[in-house]
Amino acid sequence: MDYHPYLPVVFFLFFGLLFAFGSVFGGALLGRTTYNRAKAEAYECGIQPTPQAHEGGRVPVKYYLTAMLFIVFDVEVLFLYPFAVAFDQVGLFSVLAMLLFLVVVSVPFVYEWSRGGLEWD
Amino acid sequence: MGGSMFVAPEINYVALLPMIIVFVGGLVGVTVEGFASRRTRYAVQVPLSVATLVLALVALILLGQDNQGLTAADTVALDGVALTLQGLVLVLSILGLLAMSERFGGDQPDAFTQSGVSTPGSAEETLATKVGATTTEIYPLTLMSVGGMMLFVAANDLLLLFVALEILSLPLYVLSGLARRRRLLSQEASLKYFLLGSFSSAFYLFGAVLLYGYAGSMRFADIAAAITSGVGMDGLLVPGVLLVAVGLLFKVGAVPFHAWTPDVYQGAPTPVTGFMAACTKVAAFGAMLRVLYVAVEGARLEWQPVIAVVAALSMVVGALLSIVQTDVKRILAYSSIAHAGFILTGVVALDVAGVSSTMFYLATYGFMTIPAFAIVALVRSAGTEATLVDQWAGLGRRSPWIAACFTFLLMALAGIPLTSGFTGKFAVFSAAVSQGWAWLAVIGVLASAVTAYIYFTLVVQMWLGDEAGDTVVVRPSWMTSVAILVGVAMTLALGIMPSPVLDLAQSTAAFLR
Repeated sequence: MDYHPYLPVVFFLFFGLLFAFGSVFGGALLGRTTYNRAKAEAYECGIQPTPQAHEGGRVPVKYYLTAMLFIVFDVEVLFLYPFAVAFDQVGLFSVLAMLLFLVVVSVPFVYEWSRGGLEWD
Repeated sequence: MGGSMFVAPEINYVALLPMIIVFVGGLVGVTVEGFASRRTRYAVQVPLSVATLVLALVALILLGQDNQGLTAADTVALDGVALTLQGLVLVLSILGLLAMSERFGGDQPDAFTQSGVSTPGSAEETLATKVGATTTEIYPLTLMSVGGMMLFVAANDLLLLFVALEILSLPLYVLSGLARRRRLLSQEASLKYFLLGSFSSAFYLFGAVLLYGYAGSMRFADIAAAITSGVGMDGLLVPGVLLVAVGLLFKVGAVPFHAWTPDVYQGAPTPVTGFMAACTKVAAFGAMLRVLYVAVEGARLEWQPVIAVVAALSMVVGALLSIVQTDVKRILAYSSIAHAGFILTGVVALDVAGVSSTMFYLATYGFMTIPAFAIVALVRSAGTEATLVDQWAGLGRRSPWIAACFTFLLMALAGIPLTSGFTGKFAVFSAAVSQGWAWLAVIGVLASAVTAYIYFTLVVQMWLGDEAGDTVVVRPSWMTSVAILVGVAMTLALGIMPSPVLDLAQSTAAFLR
């Protein structure tokens, strides 16, 4: 069976749109609707959206510190994963390069730790 | 992919040693920040960071010449241009670091915030001030930025160029937000710089992707080869070149990508502004020269007119808007926009004289900018910098030496003969004229005349104006004095005897491809 190489893209586009619109309208048509306070508020990744900064509310900096630390380790794993998969092909050079990468990532982590960045209170 | 084995690239670590020294110095600096007590941090960080840069400069001078060549899978080109500009970045950043260490006669720890996380005006801030807190993280941040700049001028690959761009930019975004006084203005500057900087990085990346689509490679040599042989997808080439140019023109603050410059130069801590103005220009113009001259030289008919128009706009807009400024830091910011235009005049020439005159101009601009901003940081009123022109009135009678130095630097910025400003402008304009860009040189000369007006207004205020109330000039520390005196001496030396440095620039102006 011979088909155009871009045919999967068309299918993907079609089902993607179908899923998006289907979910939105299907939910509105079939679902039961209840409202409460939490649903009416803006979604802010687990922190209280009000009062906002200009109304006197403050987002604790330690929240960002933890989030940034998560990103650092997240990206670290992102780089380690393809390395681990191709480990048997890439040789000693890449092991050393990866070790260097881990050391470099650790230095700011040690800095943050020793300066009390990991103490919540 | 199936059978192809991974081959480790040949890396000439000796040739990369100057950059490695700077990065290791930065990492050691971060570690010191973690373990040294608050009292000892400054005393450790200043010598550590200056020694790192001096060591890197020594390594560059001793090893650079004999280790020229392409390395790390041809992604790094250590040729005459790269080595000269790396050396220039190192020298200028040493002066910049010395100016950053200024402590205003013990009146304040330094120009940097007591506690970056505290709300300006809050009780936490007062407490941090009481215990004498300051942000000594600026030293490792500066080292990281310098390392990125050194890589930026040597990058021979669009992807590595992007990595270097981010390494040099991210510390600068943070440094801009760390002023001790007028903290909100500083944080605003930092945010603006960050947002616009990420935006321009996105432009650069999009351009790099288009060029990759065109040439099938990120290497400059491969892109140049693809243009020569003509792969027939010119629709990708021209937008790619122009979008990459946008990213680089943003970094140097050329019109119409200059909007961040005045606000960031004004808001950032003044010694950081000096470092940023001088060293970022060197790095960004170095990278621009390599991209335009090595990678896309074959598409010159497309990009040369665009760069020429940007140069003309930068000179005109920078000069005209500097006239209406009332703040010394903003005058210097608009002057830097005009200077970006002057330097672009050299870039447009597209021959060996274009490279050497651009490098020479970068040296002259760097040596006059760092001391100028170092002096701005010293003129104070009520504990903060007195940056309004009116507050500088009568400075000549109160502190004749500082006023004399600043007057001389202003004359250099205006391009008066016997200063390096004149020889630098002469070099770039004659390079442009010899390649048939006379109209650009005419605009350049007229723009210089216009900028001279605001500099002389400032000079007249300093020497003939009535003394302004409570403006004081802090006695500079010996380190700041060294930075100012070296800058002034170099400005004079390059104005009177430019030939040694011009010869150096000419003899190193060839790119390895």
